Amino acid sequence: MFRSHVLVCGGTGCIATGSENIINALNEEIKKAGLENEVGVVRTGCFGLCSLGPVMMVHPEGCFYSAVDVKDIPEIVSEHLLKGRIVERLLYRETVEDGGIKSLNNTAFYKKQFRIALRNCGVINPESIDEYIGVDGYQALGNVLTSMSPEQVIQIVLDSGLRGRGGGGFPTGRKWDLARKLVPDADQKFVCCNADEGDPGAFMDRSILEGDPHALIEAMAIAGYAIGATMGYIYIRAEYPIAVKRLEIAIQQAKDYGLLGEDIFGSGFNFDLEIRLGAGAFVCGEETALMISIEGNRGEPRPRPPFPAEKGLFGKPTILNNVETYANIPQIILKGAEWFTSIGTEKSKGTKVFALGGKINNTGLVEIPMGMSLREVVYEIGGGIPDGKKFKAAQTGGPSGGCISVENLDIPIDYDNLISIGSMMGSGGLIVMDEDNCMVDIAKFFLEFTVDESCGKCTPCRIGTKRLFEMLEDITAGNGTMEDLDEMVELCEYIKNNSLCGLGQTAPNPVLSTYHYFKDEYIQHVRDKKCAAGICTELTQYIISADKCVGCTLCKKVCPVDAIVGEVKQKHVIDQSKCVKCGVCVDACKKFGAITKG
Amino acid sequence: MKTLAELQAIKEKMVGQMNVREGDKSVRVVVGMATCGIAAGARPVLQTFSEVVQKNNLSDVAVTQTGCIGLCQFEPIVEITKPGEEKVTYINMDADKAREVAEQHLMRGIIIAEYTVNNSTLVK
Ligand SMILES: Cc1cc2nc3c(=O)[nH]c(=O)nc-3n(C[C@H](O)[C@H](O)[C@H](O)COP(=O)(O)O)c2cc1C
Ligand code: SF4
Ligand code: SF4
Repeated sequence: MFRSHVLVCGGTGCIATGSENIINALNEEIKKAGLENEVGVVRTGCFGLCSLGPVMMVHPEGCFYSAVDVKDIPEIVSEHLLKGRIVERLLYRETVEDGGIKSLNNTAFYKKQFRIALRNCGVINPESIDEYIGVDGYQALGNVLTSMSPEQVIQIVLDSGLRGRGGGGFPTGRKWDLARKLVPDADQKFVCCNADEGDPGAFMDRSILEGDPHALIEAMAIAGYAIGATMGYIYIRAEYPIAVKRLEIAIQQAKDYGLLGEDIFGSGFNFDLEIRLGAGAFVCGEETALMISIEGNRGEPRPRPPFPAEKGLFGKPTILNNVETYANIPQIILKGAEWFTSIGTEKSKGTKVFALGGKINNTGLVEIPMGMSLREVVYEIGGGIPDGKKFKAAQTGGPSGGCISVENLDIPIDYDNLISIGSMMGSGGLIVMDEDNCMVDIAKFFLEFTVDESCGKCTPCRIGTKRLFEMLEDITAGNGTMEDLDEMVELCEYIKNNSLCGLGQTAPNPVLSTYHYFKDEYIQHVRDKKCAAGICTELTQYIISADKCVGCTLCKKVCPVDAIVGEVKQKHVIDQSKCVKCGVCVDACKKFGAITKG
Repeated sequence: MKTLAELQAIKEKMVGQMNVREGDKSVRVVVGMATCGIAAGARPVLQTFSEVVQKNNLSDVAVTQTGCIGLCQFEPIVEITKPGEEKVTYINMDADKAREVAEQHLMRGIIIAEYTVNNSTLVK
């Protein structure tokens, strides 16, 4: 029994900044100090504050250390763990409060969050089923199997108003109900989990899998009971090795405890789970392609209907839900539909996890109640935009979504509001852009992604997105015409209306939405051949101001392509035909500030 | 797992341990753990308090350390603060006394006066 627990983040973010070494060093130092029976080191899932990694929490004091280095470990052990003297210089500065420490939960980053799906991330050891049980784990499954009918389970999920967190926002209870009823005499049904998480910038599903894998297992077993399935598959991308490993461990533990397998809780209900690795194609996140991929075939979408609830995996009735959707289920069962509906907005209940990225101070993972404004997310939880820059827009829904501009900063975030402003909830990537981002370039970035990821099955998407991308290339290179802009919109509409699957149907959204909110910028690129943000290199020039240049030759020395001409103490000039616009001369001339981008 | 009782048994075993990770506790047990305290045997005292608290799921109690209180000759020293009550300071503790204090003071609210510091000891 340990008097003190050191929770070290073992999420992918902190592992990348060295948390494995920290854990090893901790164990070593603790042993040296003879504290191995007093202090327990626990590798947890993600705390959310990824930009501060590696992070660790020391209990019972509740001290949160950030940006910890291996060489800090001896001090943490000898001072804090042995003598109880907190190592102040390593405390996350937001938790320091006149001499004392403030709970992490009261910091700006956490205070406004509401954690349901992430509730155990950073709190328990994801590789210990006992710890999960210690925080009410498998209680919901136990209650369901011993005292509820499948219909009652579906009713709670319906009443909770839970909607799919994978992007579409389809009511989860309705999906389960259809799968239960549509084919009454089905000999087999399947429960699937979409852990493909292809949206660039999104990593909430990964964090749940890494931090609380048993929640997913428990929820899938509940879903199996509800729809009448005895087998489940988790489709996860192979690029998530830590998540896969923890999931494997968790499944094995659940089997050992008889929480997966036969006659669970003596109820006669059998349920088993298997993992299927995906190769990381975005299109395999689409439900029909995902199932075809699990079957062992090339992951290409097929037309619907038939919908999976009727004919899904191996032709059997199947439900597919997202990881985060499932992570809400045990809590809904334990706390009731009424509790869940008390959180959120009228048509979007509960919370949503967002991966904050881009031009924001606190990049990381946050879970907020539906209905919070983007302003609160960006300026309070996210800590605002670095270097005092101005907010320009935020992209949600990744390559299928759109941008939210300044005028919509105060709109409550929920499924329907985001759609009404031309964006979408998506899976939860939230990329913040400031005045230095060019919106045409952003659209081009996402289009490039869809061009790469289009499976090629249907022409509007395969060729349409490619042509659209080329139009954007022309525009950003200064070769676009005003007519091109009209054609671009027309092509967008065509792709949307004629593609087979969601990938193609939503691919034009980033273009349409940036065009809607930032038309001026497109026109500026086309008519004035200018990129105000200075991102589109073909439309920017570096110029040396003759007034300010003192002829020090510094810029000439750093230019990698010898584009700068001029003798000592004479005015220097950039040969525009040679300049590759790398910008290093600007830094070289910081002292005189003679070189500017225009 | 065939019954809810089995699940409950594991949960009960774990709850006390998981409580160590909860904030917002109103009762504090603070053990002096500077060099003097450690030399005098404060570590088993700390460990004992922590074990009794966890085994009995005393979810309201935080067991932590502090540095030197300045009464080195009385180490190991333990201070217990309960909301709305005056701080009680126990001196010359060892593991057995710690168990007694935890069981009496923390669980039953009975202060063991014999082990506490009082002015006469200090003056002497
Ligand atoms: C191109 C494409 C990619 C998708 N990628 C994902 C994904 O990575 N993860 C996910 O959960 N849903 C993804 N979806 C949505 C799924 O098709 C499906 O709607 C979702 O998994 C259903 O679960 P939910 O109702 O719990 O959200 C994608 C859809 C499309 C069209
Ligand atoms: S829309 Fe694109 S991704 Fe979807 S089926 Fe057609 S080509 Fe494939
Ligand atoms: S921007 Fe780069 S290539 Fe152009 S002049 Fe400056 S250093 Fe040379």
